[in-house]
Amino acid sequence: MVETKEKILSIKNLVIKFKLRGQVLTAIRDISLDLYKGESLAIVGESGSGKSVLVKSIIGLLEKNGYIDQGKILYGNYDLAQFKTEKDWLKIRGKEIAMVTQDPMTSLNPLKTIGKQIEEAVVLHQGLKGKEAYEKVLQLLRDVGIDDVEKRYKQYPHEFSGGMRQRIVIAIAIACNPKILICDEPTTALDVTIQAQILQLLKNLQEKYELTTIYITHDLGVVAKVADRIAVMYAGDIIEFGKTEEIFFNAKHPYTWALISSLPQLGEKGKELYSIKGTPPNLFKEIKGDAFAPRNPYALKIDYVERPPYFKVSDTHYAKTWLLHPNAPKVEPPEILKKFFKEGRQYANG
Amino acid sequence: MLAYIGKRLLQSIITLFIIITVVFLLLRLLPEEGYLGAAADKMTPEQQEIYLTNLGLRDPIIVQLGNFYLDLLQGDLGKSITYRTDVPVVEIIADKVMYSLMFGVAAIVLALLVGVPLGILMAQFKGRWIDSLGTGYIVFIVAVPSMVYFLLIQVYISDFFNLPLLFDENKPITWLLPLISLALGPIAFYAMWMRRYMVDELNKDYIKLARAKGVKERTIMFQHVMRNAFIPLAQFLPATILLTITGSIYVESLYSIPGMGGLLVDAIQRQDNPIVQALVLLFSSLGIIGLFLGDVLMALIDPRIKFGKGESVR
Repeated sequence: MVETKEKILSIKNLVIKFKLRGQVLTAIRDISLDLYKGESLAIVGESGSGKSVLVKSIIGLLEKNGYIDQGKILYGNYDLAQFKTEKDWLKIRGKEIAMVTQDPMTSLNPLKTIGKQIEEAVVLHQGLKGKEAYEKVLQLLRDVGIDDVEKRYKQYPHEFSGGMRQRIVIAIAIACNPKILICDEPTTALDVTIQAQILQLLKNLQEKYELTTIYITHDLGVVAKVADRIAVMYAGDIIEFGKTEEIFFNAKHPYTWALISSLPQLGEKGKELYSIKGTPPNLFKEIKGDAFAPRNPYALKIDYVERPPYFKVSDTHYAKTWLLHPNAPKVEPPEILKKFFKEGRQYANG
Repeated sequence: MLAYIGKRLLQSIITLFIIITVVFLLLRLLPEEGYLGAAADKMTPEQQEIYLTNLGLRDPIIVQLGNFYLDLLQGDLGKSITYRTDVPVVEIIADKVMYSLMFGVAAIVLALLVGVPLGILMAQFKGRWIDSLGTGYIVFIVAVPSMVYFLLIQVYISDFFNLPLLFDENKPITWLLPLISLALGPIAFYAMWMRRYMVDELNKDYIKLARAKGVKERTIMFQHVMRNAFIPLAQFLPATILLTITGSIYVESLYSIPGMGGLLVDAIQRQDNPIVQALVLLFSSLGIIGLFLGDVLMALIDPRIKFGKGESVR
């Protein structure tokens, strides 16, 4: 829950470009985003919307051909957008911002015992050595729900199942003692039965270690379980953000509507599931107007001409769509969503 | 671990047994005139018969094979027939084995010392000039038949640095060129695979996680990537040993090194079966020892190779 309004990380007008086969691709188009201390923010969007690129830029792990063209990433006294060398980033990585990677099956070094891999982070960031570091690792293992820790410490990754390995990856991230934890699709590679356990674990750890977490996912089910706030990304831009219930039950952007409509749970039995028509725009070209306009059944003329600014829905809820302009025609969300919104709001109000 | 080594050792011995048996039988299929050598014209058919019977060649093949195994177990490799008549094979080989062994071992050590670091450098500076240079070198070595550059080295390099053309035991400087010639191939080999596996490993997810952890790039290289890249490389150890042996046959004759390479060719031409058998035994032992070492090395660095105890515990 958002209790304080203290900003921990602030992204301002960020533009990230990639050089690819002689062309320049704009992956992040002028994004501004604040992250508040202790909250958990979910960044959702389809593949290629730039959500991974955005978080990679925060931790300095952009691919070599990617670069920050404009903007600032303010963290404490640093502007991470100015960081160039490895030495700069080592001040931040792990220590301040850590990451839980996507695929636990490949994220651990197969030749090192998991104990040693966690210990590496403990030694690096908590300044512990020898016996102390060992004890700390055991404690971390217990924290992420692993039994028989002394034995497990000496085992190699191949001796663990996928869910267990994800717990180890989480333990490594926590071992850094970070302030911000980035979870890059933490459950995508896992069995459905394990997903809920891992999400619950992350939630518990967030409380225990007072973490601020960023989830990247395209799974709205995950979002509903863990996020305080949601930012919806499309074509390198955050087109709507707000508290979880605001996005789920009072979304304003047609893309968000489409995204929620494609939840399989909303489909009716025997009918085809909803899917968004068309494909995302080509990011090699300059995008004019609203990037979603060509796929948007509610598109207005102005959507093709001018990029919409954020319109305020509430103090915490903003959306980038001309539909919210006072002069815009009144448009209702699709029927299927209206029902969902209504039920959802009733549910939220008890 | 010990059980694993024991198992591999047993497999190696069986392999060796099969190789030596096949070679023994194949040699018996060759025409018999070879055994008589230059004396063939001077003997009557009866004399030839007696000669061959004395050599044991008129016994049933099973008996011959049995005798061969018995002698082998006692460390007796027989006596040379035509190469140096009646001199024990062990003695003939012992004279020469030291040269070949020294060159071989030195070449492999040199290849490891140069090739592996070269591969690491190429991986680390992928796409830069050192990578291109190394790739150029590897392509050259792979594409050009070794006798071509062996000859070029002998003729031009020796001329350029004013080195003697032929090997002379007492002048250490003459060791240099044959050694370098022998090592060039394995160097390219190690560099190529080391680079390849390093690049492979560097792109893996666990390296991303290590970076996200805040581990220094150098530490990642040395503590995470290198060991992982070494596993597949360990497989190539036997191959380089064999490569060095085949290379030595040619290099030894080029520089007139009194090693074993030339001996094998001579012995085959003169149909001196005991020597051929002994050499095949020796060379295949080397190859099999290489394979064995490679396997043990891999098992030592990779915990995923279980020692025959079945699947891992989950």
